[in-house]
Amino acid sequence: MSIATAPRRLLQSQPMTDTAVNVSPRPAAPREDAPRAETADAPPVLATRDLSLWYGSQQVLDRVSLAVARHQVTAVIGPSGCGKSSFLRTLNRMNDMVSTLRIEGAVLYEGVDLYDRRVDPVAVRRRIGMLFQKPNPFPKSIYDNLAFALRVNGRRGPLHDDVERALRAAALWDEVKDKLHASALELSGGQQQRLCLARALVNEPETLLMDEPCSALDPIATSKIEELIYHLKQQYTVVMVTHNMQQAARVSDTTAFLWMGRLVEIGRTQDLFTNPREKLTEDYVTGRFG
Amino acid sequence: MPADSRRDVERTPGRFRRRVHWSDVFGFGSTVVAMLVSLGALFAILGYLVAHGIGAIDWNFLIKEPAAVGEPGGGIAPSLVGTAVLVTISSIIGIPLGVGVGIYLAELAGNSHLARVTRLAINTFVGMPSIIAGIFVYFVLVKPTGTFSAVAGGVALGVIMVPIMARTTEDVLRLVPDTIREAGLALGAPRWRVTLGLVLPAARAGVVTGGVLAVARVAGETAPLILTALGNEYFPSGLFHPIDEITLRILKYARGPYDVWHQQAYGAALLLVVGVALGSSLLRLTTRGYDMRNQ
Ligand SMILES: Nc1ncnc2c1ncn2[C@@H]1O[C@H](COP(=O)(O)OP(=O)(O)OP(=O)(O)O)[C@@H](O)[C@H]1O
Ligand SMILES: [Mg+2]
Repeated sequence: MSIATAPRRLLQSQPMTDTAVNVSPRPAAPREDAPRAETADAPPVLATRDLSLWYGSQQVLDRVSLAVARHQVTAVIGPSGCGKSSFLRTLNRMNDMVSTLRIEGAVLYEGVDLYDRRVDPVAVRRRIGMLFQKPNPFPKSIYDNLAFALRVNGRRGPLHDDVERALRAAALWDEVKDKLHASALELSGGQQQRLCLARALVNEPETLLMDEPCSALDPIATSKIEELIYHLKQQYTVVMVTHNMQQAARVSDTTAFLWMGRLVEIGRTQDLFTNPREKLTEDYVTGRFG
Repeated sequence: MPADSRRDVERTPGRFRRRVHWSDVFGFGSTVVAMLVSLGALFAILGYLVAHGIGAIDWNFLIKEPAAVGEPGGGIAPSLVGTAVLVTISSIIGIPLGVGVGIYLAELAGNSHLARVTRLAINTFVGMPSIIAGIFVYFVLVKPTGTFSAVAGGVALGVIMVPIMARTTEDVLRLVPDTIREAGLALGAPRWRVTLGLVLPAARAGVVTGGVLAVARVAGETAPLILTALGNEYFPSGLFHPIDEITLRILKYARGPYDVWHQQAYGAALLLVVGVALGSSLLRLTTRGYDMRNQ
């Protein structure tokens, strides 16, 4: 993949009109035992090629190659510490802040290597949004949480319509429409997480990364968010890390199983849970080890 | 709880019986003593100032220039104006510079070599006697321009403010959780936008408190001003002329031989204490209200 054919919008921060780009994976020596994705019914929008990651001398990811299909929900499961969050955070360059980080391999987004030196991480994060494990609203009003996101993306003028649209999309509008200028920190945990979802959606990114978005929430708030995720895929591509296998089974189309930094298996969610190809996957999804 | 469920409650607490924890008594007792001693000293000073100085304070004291040497009457208006001018100049110089250095240290520099050198320099300067700032400005500003001046005094005080401001700013910015920075970056905000739009507002109350402390600190400085602002019996004729300041006035009157001067020195000191106390509590009240609305 030559950067010359890359969509220019990833190379600069200014919003640009859409440019159609074909995915042309660069030749890379794949791992011998690399699992093949069987979800080629939609072209991948995001793919990693032999992605390895180190913090200092500790290797956390080992040649992970997987593809994420457009307008689908891809779940990443695996035991604690296997590198799920690290993997997710390389997809929109949120890991850049870690000074000890070292990466090999490639993350291709619509064919552009996101770790190419000419790629602007700010532009990457505008197109690939993120929802975190713990709700992290800004210590500002509900309205200002969304206004900050809009202004950062160069929006001027009245913002109210966009604020309302995003809050409706996150199923929060009815609960907060009378107190838009109250502090976001006064909301309940589940409401805060939906506010964060609204904030991530307000600029309409193309892809949304979620790192255990429900782990701090009660079952009712969780089912609300799950329902939202399920509907989001009509407009967005979603990659979601979860500890909860029922959740992966409920909302995702494709599931990837990571184990000690390696991709053990990726496939249709239904197949992976009912008929896994690998013994390790079977042991994990049946709860034979934690 | 229904009454009869207490039937089998044993009346004596046995091994749970309340006893005196002597370590608590001595530990907390000594902190109470420390508090009483300090508070007592503070109130003694305040009482002393009020007793000796209240008689000097009237309307003329606030709006008149000093009377002829040793004569009764007259006021310290030039010192009050001078203090305001000097604090303004030093804040214009010291607060932005100090906040800038603090932001650099907290948000940009990490633990780089330059950052460690900067921190060392700041810690040294915070603990340095203020006369050093006075000597420095005397040689780089007063001597070359050939005159003591308000600007020289303001610069000297500003130099003193920078390390104080830098350190408090770095400290309070570090208290802002990283999750806020991550949330901003994940929206595609450049780092500078995250710092100015999210981190600094979240730490606003702390930065303002730091500013108040820095202003209060320089408002009470005398030594560097002797070498830079000099003092003046009259209203200053301009920013590049000598200017008076309240602690310079206190120093002059306290050392003088006249009883009126002594009384006016106490009066001026009383004004300074009350002014600093009022100013800082007002500023803190306004930021507190601000935070409650926005956080
Ligand atoms: N910033 C960092 N610096 C150094 N090591 C890190 C950093 N972040 C994560 N690690 C290490 O990398 C490994 C993988 O962590 P990661 O957070 O990716 O796991 P995870 O699969 O998300 O786990 P969990 O399910 O518990 O969230 C862990 O051993 C962790 O200690
Ligand atoms: Mg994690």
